Amino acid sequence: MGIVTPGFQGRPRSGTPDLPPGQYLTPDFPVLSAGPTPKVPQDQWEFVISTETGTEHRWSWAELMALPQETPTVDIHCVTRWSKLGTTWRGVSLDTLLDGVESAADYALAHSYGGYTTNLPLDDLRDGQAWLVHTYDGDDLPAEHGGPARLLVPHLYFWKSAKWVRGLHLTIEDTPGFWETAGYHDYGDPWREQRYQGD
Amino acid sequence: MTALPYVDGNMLDGPLGEVFAVDLSSATARCAHCGTPGPVAGLRVYSHAPGLVARCPTCVEVMLRLVRAPDRAWLDLRGATFLQFPMSPDR
Ligand SMILES: [Zn+2]
Repeated sequence: MGIVTPGFQGRPRSGTPDLPPGQYLTPDFPVLSAGPTPKVPQDQWEFVISTETGTEHRWSWAELMALPQETPTVDIHCVTRWSKLGTTWRGVSLDTLLDGVESAADYALAHSYGGYTTNLPLDDLRDGQAWLVHTYDGDDLPAEHGGPARLLVPHLYFWKSAKWVRGLHLTIEDTPGFWETAGYHDYGDPWREQRYQGD
Repeated sequence: MTALPYVDGNMLDGPLGEVFAVDLSSATARCAHCGTPGPVAGLRVYSHAPGLVARCPTCVEVMLRLVRAPDRAWLDLRGATFLQFPMSPDR
């Protein structure tokens, strides 16, 4: 490793080593949506984790905000090929929400207000890899970006970071979600370019 | 006046023309959710997404999804109970 030059910030961007294969950098935050934007008032919002035995764990908005909050700064990668580096969010770690949830499940199916679903291995929601976020760049998360709250799972393609999320079903068997039943990859690792089934 | 987040089903002509041999611009589709039949051209197509999502104008449920990879395409019609096409009577 050479000497760090003045003004050098983090890893070098030349040759874009922070970009997974096939991605380009965007300064914008494109709005992607497969349907109408749900409008969910905070006082009617709730988040529910249901286990394979049918046990339900519920949080109201006030209960969510009373939990320990984290401020992750992460890179996000959309399967439509844009990436955005250094995005800052605020929310609750899934470790906090899953703490105390007794389950033998290996998978989670996230489901959203408006009907969207996406599936993930439960392990990918643990160990500081995933958050339920309500703030983007210091402001309330706008509805078009998934507010009041969305999942943030930045190590997978961004379709896994379900907008308007209302809960998780923890399951023994993997259950493909909205895009996963229409040709997209079951796991979606951007660094292995797992865009479509069979990639 | 704000821009609609979707466009009408006429935009499907090109992408579905790659898959179907028939002209879909004059086809009728029936919604599997609410049962309403209507022209494919009248569907609400959400195209700012990883695929095309065509929704029923009556109940807004998904009727058709088309995902296009460079070398493959997936067409999901589970939200439509039929597609009806005009055909030539002399064959
Ligand atoms: Zn309908």
